[in-house]
Amino acid sequence: MSTPVANGAARTTHGAAPLLGLVLAGGRSTRMRTDKAALLYGGRSQLERAMELIKPHVARAYVSVRADQAGDPLRARFAQIPDTHENLGPIAGLLAAQARHPQAAWLVLACDLPLLDEATLAELVRARAPERLATAYRSSHDGLPEPLCAIWEPRSAAPLAAYVAGGRQCPRRFLVGADTYLLDEPNPRALDNINTPEEYRSAMTGLLPEATADAKHITVQYYALLREQAGRRDEALVTRARTPAELYAELTGRYPFTLGPEMLRVAINTEFSDWSAPLADGDAVVFLPPVAGG
Amino acid sequence: MSTFRFTRTPIAPEQLRSELADPACGGYAAFEGWVRDSNEGQRVRGLEYEAFEALGVREGERIVAEALARFGVAHAACVHRIGALQIGELAVWVGVSAAHRDEAFRACRYIIDEVKHRLPIWKKEHYLNGDSGWVNCERCATAGSRDSPDDAADHRHVHEHV
Repeated sequence: MSTPVANGAARTTHGAAPLLGLVLAGGRSTRMRTDKAALLYGGRSQLERAMELIKPHVARAYVSVRADQAGDPLRARFAQIPDTHENLGPIAGLLAAQARHPQAAWLVLACDLPLLDEATLAELVRARAPERLATAYRSSHDGLPEPLCAIWEPRSAAPLAAYVAGGRQCPRRFLVGADTYLLDEPNPRALDNINTPEEYRSAMTGLLPEATADAKHITVQYYALLREQAGRRDEALVTRARTPAELYAELTGRYPFTLGPEMLRVAINTEFSDWSAPLADGDAVVFLPPVAGG
Repeated sequence: MSTFRFTRTPIAPEQLRSELADPACGGYAAFEGWVRDSNEGQRVRGLEYEAFEALGVREGERIVAEALARFGVAHAACVHRIGALQIGELAVWVGVSAAHRDEAFRACRYIIDEVKHRLPIWKKEHYLNGDSGWVNCERCATAGSRDSPDDAADHRHVHEHV
């Protein structure tokens, strides 16, 4: 079974700019009153976690830092790109990265996304549209682009520099007005960030398990006509679908399937199953088109 | 010998037949499904089979076990080809050995009928005119959206091909 990572790499290496990674850890964490990059989840700092998540998808991963953070032990473990502009917020990190490697596309990731999952990042890379200015998720909260878990193509550098020169510095508003390819989040909580001690405590206690409680990791394999219409043999996805029926309805919104569920059978974990069977985390689901043996 | 398997290489019925030999058996019946050069009025130049192999082997073994239990035959086996096949090639083989001919014929017929209806395997036909299509999928999908519900239901039946 191929992985989403491999799919993404195969698709984007053809004619697209090489993808580098930039984890943003240059914020002042003023509302948190402590360094957000150093916050621990499951024994790992947010920065380490973000670097581990991003590395499989990029040729090289960097940490974006303020010039005065270069010697910080947590950040010094990684390749760094220091800001060249002051008081610009996250956009400063991206400007510095684009200046350092103008031919590269940047997979930009904020370090304060404790709910970010592998599937969300893999889907972004897989769906990347290199001919656009950027590829980003549409926020599940307000429908606007999420600039800090996004791919910024080299061609975004000039308009972004002009945007900043015009006195503006909001990357989200920039993407709203730019040629941005927008995706729906596979896991609607994945990009919730944390800014305050209260949000951190809630992420540590109730929120983290709750956010993943009804979001399941499911693998789907496609055969025959469904494989051709999905354009893939398999995929790993995060879904809130409770049954195969709900999952197929969700997939029908994404792929041009012509077979209705009444034409199909369903299998879970290599056994025929029921359309209303409960899906569990880790299940492997196959939708079976009308068969034609012999 | 496993009672059901898929193969990507040509099926050799003589060897499969010898594996069912048994001094206690007085009868052997076999069915061979061949790739035909036409289907539903279209000239076929070749076809490909694609299977959900893990589930297909389970279901195939279940079908053979049912035949053994139901008809009391001594041995039964089935092999189904997958991948690209040319006209005239052997697509599926069923063999049954039994004490007497009647149960051998009946078990053989049962296995091929069930295989065609239950096995998670799909057949894509390539036509002489350059078109291709998944049997039971493409026409039923368009017919279902265009024609009467009765028509769509009809297409759920497996069309005889071999």
